[in-house]
Amino acid sequence: MSAAWSESDPIVDIRDVHKSFGPVQVLAGVSLSMPMRSTACIIGPSGSGKSTLLRCINALVPIEKGSIKVRGIEVNDPKVDILNLRRRVGMVFQQYNLFPHKTALQNVMMAPITVLKQDRAEVEERARRLLRKVRLEGKEDAYPGELSGGQQQRVAIARSLAMSPEVMLFDEVTAALDPETVKEVLITIRELAEEGMTCLLVTHEMGFAREVADHIYFTDRGLIVEHGPPKEFFSNPRDPRTREFLGQIL
Amino acid sequence: MDVIYDWFRQLYIDHGINLTIVYDRFDRNRMLGGLWTTIKLSLTCLALSVLIGLVGAWLQGARSVLLRAVVQGYIQFFRNTPPLVQMYFFFFALGSLMPQVRNEFGFTQPMIDNYTWAIISLSFFAGAFNVEIFRSGIEAVPKSTVEAAESLGYTRLQSYIHVVLPLAFRVCLPALNNNLVNLVKTTTLAYAIAVPEMLYVANQIWSDAVNVPEMMTFLLFAYVALVGILVWVMRKWEQSMALPGYGR
Repeated sequence: MSAAWSESDPIVDIRDVHKSFGPVQVLAGVSLSMPMRSTACIIGPSGSGKSTLLRCINALVPIEKGSIKVRGIEVNDPKVDILNLRRRVGMVFQQYNLFPHKTALQNVMMAPITVLKQDRAEVEERARRLLRKVRLEGKEDAYPGELSGGQQQRVAIARSLAMSPEVMLFDEVTAALDPETVKEVLITIRELAEEGMTCLLVTHEMGFAREVADHIYFTDRGLIVEHGPPKEFFSNPRDPRTREFLGQIL
Repeated sequence: MDVIYDWFRQLYIDHGINLTIVYDRFDRNRMLGGLWTTIKLSLTCLALSVLIGLVGAWLQGARSVLLRAVVQGYIQFFRNTPPLVQMYFFFFALGSLMPQVRNEFGFTQPMIDNYTWAIISLSFFAGAFNVEIFRSGIEAVPKSTVEAAESLGYTRLQSYIHVVLPLAFRVCLPALNNNLVNLVKTTTLAYAIAVPEMLYVANQIWSDAVNVPEMMTFLLFAYVALVGILVWVMRKWEQSMALPGYGR
């Protein structure tokens, strides 16, 4: 399946994706492609299908038409090896969604042990390293309920990274955080991007998008209305809808 | 020990309170046997009914319409009929259809004895309620938490075992406690098919010693103690599972 894929091909390749929830069309032919080690941000008004698009990429939401390829793996294939797909695609959610009955360290360790059947000692060492990386040294034994939102979100990032993904999806990961803690999460994501992780973010943090992204996509009513490198996109938006949105937000 | 036995014997002579189960060795052994049978019956049914509850709740989320219908039918059947009628049904109706086997003395006997029928019947009875209790807990687990597990590559079974159940348990423990307490008390129904549990043994004793009020009082206190121990254990368990910052 992925034999034909090489590193110079896009790692995420989305073509003409359609998705409806009942009568509501959420995605109306979205195409997007990301080279490896790039960072892209999706911005746009709420309800424009941004989050749905992310959820389609790791098959949390099935698509109706079109094609999504991750590293050459066709997500829409009914015979797709879901585990093989999901271990390559890490996802971080707005509400962190940590496992509340496990400590920070256990949260990071669980999936590699349960899903990938990796050696516990080896996983623990990596988990501790990842928690250090997201600056949570000393919080290993804390339960999610004892951590701040920003700390929980960084545990969630470490939890995803523990699966050694090749693409990370961030779904409005700072939207539930207070302004001071937003920064600590953004710093973590920027470090990841700088290390060469392929990152796709849905975000409302325009400053951050401008700074970290290689490419910006603007969605409205299930379509990508406009996209381009951040400099061009923010300084010279062509589509009136983009201009209106940026005018309201900036 | 003899001092105690004598005291109880004297209690009967002086005040007419006849606790043969203390001073009479034969009755004492009968009652200890009854107590042990009640404890065994309770623990076995407790374990099996919880297992039925866990499996049933898992099957309720299955894709197959047929499987879900079977579970639903099971719940309706066992929840809507009296447990005594169920026990009679198992013992007399199903039991009579079962083949007879020859025992070591050369006599024929039913393949499934009354004690085993009591276990089967009571476990299915309490299990039906446990399915619904676990379902209530499972529904309280946020969808987003399950989604996080899915996005990490968990299969449905893996996320059920490692994420959903541990959280659901914490939510539904109080309801589960209630049902298990009821189960321990319902084991007295095994009396009806001559399982020598405490009530049955007490009946035998009061038939011989004509001490009905004493035995009835003793039974009540014995169940207060048994259920008390169960509740205490469950509470300890509940406390040990409490999570900082979750729930309360």
